[in-house]
Amino acid sequence: MLEKALSGGKGYWAWIFLLLAIIGTGFACYLMQFNYGLGITGMSRDVSWGFYIAQFTFLVGVAASAVMMVIPYYLHDYKTFGRVVILGEFLAIASVIMCMLFIFCDMGQPTRVMNVILHPTPNSVMFWDMLVLSGYLALNLVIGWTTLGADRKELPPPSWVKPFIYLSVPWAVSIHTVTAFLYAGLPGRHLWLTAIMAARFLSSAFAAGPALLILLAMIVRKVSKFDPGKEAIQSLAKIVTYAMCVNVFFLLLEVFTAFYSKIPGEMAPIKYLFVGLEGHTRLVPFMRTASVLAIGGIALLVYPNTRKNESILPFSLIAVFIACWIDKGMGLVVGGFVPNPFERVVEYSPTVPELLITLGVYGIGALALTILYKVAVSVREETEAGDIQEGWHGSGH
Amino acid sequence: MSMDRRQFLKITGVSTILGIGAVAGVNGLSRSPVEASQVEPSPDALKAKRWGFVIDMSKFRTDDDFTRVRHACHSIHNVPDIDNPKVEIKWIWKDTYEHTFPGQESKYMAEEMKDKPFMVLCNHCDNPPCVRVCPTKATFKRSDGIVMMDMHRCIGCRFCMAACPFGARSFNFGDPRPFIKEPNPEFPTRTKGVVEKCTFCYERLAKGLNPACVDASQGGIVFGDLEDPKSEVRRLISKHYTIRRKLELGTEPSVYYIIGGNENA
Ligand code: SF4
Ligand code: SF4
Repeated sequence: MLEKALSGGKGYWAWIFLLLAIIGTGFACYLMQFNYGLGITGMSRDVSWGFYIAQFTFLVGVAASAVMMVIPYYLHDYKTFGRVVILGEFLAIASVIMCMLFIFCDMGQPTRVMNVILHPTPNSVMFWDMLVLSGYLALNLVIGWTTLGADRKELPPPSWVKPFIYLSVPWAVSIHTVTAFLYAGLPGRHLWLTAIMAARFLSSAFAAGPALLILLAMIVRKVSKFDPGKEAIQSLAKIVTYAMCVNVFFLLLEVFTAFYSKIPGEMAPIKYLFVGLEGHTRLVPFMRTASVLAIGGIALLVYPNTRKNESILPFSLIAVFIACWIDKGMGLVVGGFVPNPFERVVEYSPTVPELLITLGVYGIGALALTILYKVAVSVREETEAGDIQEGWHGSGH
Repeated sequence: MSMDRRQFLKITGVSTILGIGAVAGVNGLSRSPVEASQVEPSPDALKAKRWGFVIDMSKFRTDDDFTRVRHACHSIHNVPDIDNPKVEIKWIWKDTYEHTFPGQESKYMAEEMKDKPFMVLCNHCDNPPCVRVCPTKATFKRSDGIVMMDMHRCIGCRFCMAACPFGARSFNFGDPRPFIKEPNPEFPTRTKGVVEKCTFCYERLAKGLNPACVDASQGGIVFGDLEDPKSEVRRLISKHYTIRRKLELGTEPSVYYIIGGNENA
C-alpha cells in the first residue's frame, strides 16, 4: 500500500520537500549537539529537562487520544467513527515515533541507548515507559495496517486483530499513566507530586489529541475526496469539550489544594507559572495566554451554535490545542524545576538549535503522518469515497 | 586514566564478574544492592555497614576552610572548574543555611544564621530516589551505603537529577576535560553527557585512606559507620544536636550537621 505515498500532485510534493528541508535543518543541529553535548541547549543543572522532554510528554497524550475513537467505534459500535478511526490510529503512530525521537534527542549519551534494554531496571519508571511506548507503536501499526488492508479489498478486518484492538484501549491509557508516573513519584518536586497527575495528563490528552485530529480531518477533507463526515467531527468536538472542561477543573483542584493549604512548596511553582516568583516571570505571558485560550476555547465549544458552526470550530479547536500545548509542552516540565532544591529560581529558555531540533522532530512526525494519511486516503478514495465497508460490522452506508 | 569496561571487569575479579552477570539478569527483580568496585580491594580497605558523615559547621570559620575542602575533593577527582553556575560540576560546595535547609528559616532569625554557609554534598541517602529512577542501574547503592555512579553505563537521561531533592548531581553539558587544570592521572576523567557526584571517595576507602574532604577539613568533617554504635560518627550524633536535610521526604540522608558548639572529637 505504501506505493500510494509516491504519487501525488505538485502541492503534495512541495509539502514533502518542505518537511525534508525542516528535517534536514534539525538533523544538522542535532549533529552539532551530538558533537558538543547538551550544552547547546538552554538546559542547566537546575532545569535539567527542557523542551525535548516536554514535547515528549505532550505527544504521548496525542498518541493516547486515539482511544477516544477506538472505544466508540469498536466497543460501542458507533459507526460514525468508521472513517476517522484510521486517522486516529495513524496519528498515534506518528506521535509515538516523535516521542521516541524526543527521548533520544534528550540523551546525553545517545550511543548507549541500548543500556536500557541490556540492563533492564523494573524499578525505574523510564523502563516501563519504554516498554509501553514500543508496545503501543507496534499495536497501532498492526491494527492500522491490517484494517486498512482489509478495507482496500472491501473486506471486514480479519478476526485475529480484534484482541489487539481491545488490548489497545487499556494500553493507550497506560502510556499516559506511566508517563505521568515519571513525574508524579519524585520527592521534592512539588508541582509534580500530585495524585491526579495521570488524570490531568489524560484529560489534557483527550482534549488536545481529538482537537488536532479534527483539524487534520478538515485538512484531509480539503485536499482529497475523503470526507470523514460532519457527524464524526461533531462527536469528536463534544469529546474535546468535555475533556477540556475536566482538564481545567483538575487544574483548579491543584490551585485550591496549594492555596488553601498555604504550603509554600505547593504554591511556589504555581505562582512561578502564573504570576512570577521573586521577580522571575519568563513563563507568565505564556501561561496567561494559555488560560485565555482555554477559557475562550471552552466557551466556543460549550455553546452549541458556535460548536456546530464549522467555520468557527477550527478556531476553538486551535485555541484548545495551543492552551494544552503551552500547559504541558512548556509549563509543566519547567515549572517542576522551579524553584530548585535550594529554593532558588533559575529560569530556562530553549536555544535556537534546540528549537530547530525540536522542529526537525516535528517535521519527521509530520512526514510520517503525511505518508500514512496519503495511503489511508488513497485507499479510501479507491474504494469509492462514501461507500466504505464499515469494518466487520459489515454494514455500508 | 580512563578505564574501559573490559579492564574494569578484569580488575574486579571473577567473583564480581559473575556478580555483574547475575545482576544484569536478575537484579531488577531482587532488592539486593549491586556489588561492584572499580578498584582492587586491599586488605587495609576501610569497611562499614553504612558510611556516613558528620559535618561540624563550627569548625568551618573562614572562607579558606571551605575552599580547602572543596579543592581537595575536586582536584583529586578531576572535577572540572567551569565558571558558569548553570552548567558547572560540583561534588562538594557551600551554600547558606537558608538555602540548604529551606523551610527551616524564620523571619525573626538573625541574618547571620540565615546566611551561615554550610558544606553540602550528596547525602548518600539510605533510601535514594536517584537509584530508584535510574533506568540502567548506572546509579546504584552499595551494601556499605555508598550511592555510586558508573559513568560508563550512564546514558545521560538525567532522571536522577529530577529525582534528587538535594541538587547533588551535576551533568556534563559538554566535554569536561578542557576545564580540568591539573588532571589527576590516578582517577578517571568523565566524558560529556554523563551525570556525576560525590562518591564518598570509594577509591580511597578501598586503599585504607580517609575521604579527601575529611583529611582536608581539619576535624570539620568526620566519617564512619553509622551502624556501629561505637563509631566516632555515632558518638558525635549522640552527643550533639544534629540536623539533616529535608527529612520529611524520607530519603534518610547519611550526612549529619552539627550547627554550633565548639567541642568535637
Ligand atoms: S543526595 Fe541526591 S544524589 Fe545523593 S543519594 Fe540522595 S538522592 Fe541520590
Ligand atoms: S542520567 Fe545516568 S545515572 Fe542518571 S538516571 Fe540516567 S542513566 Fe542513571
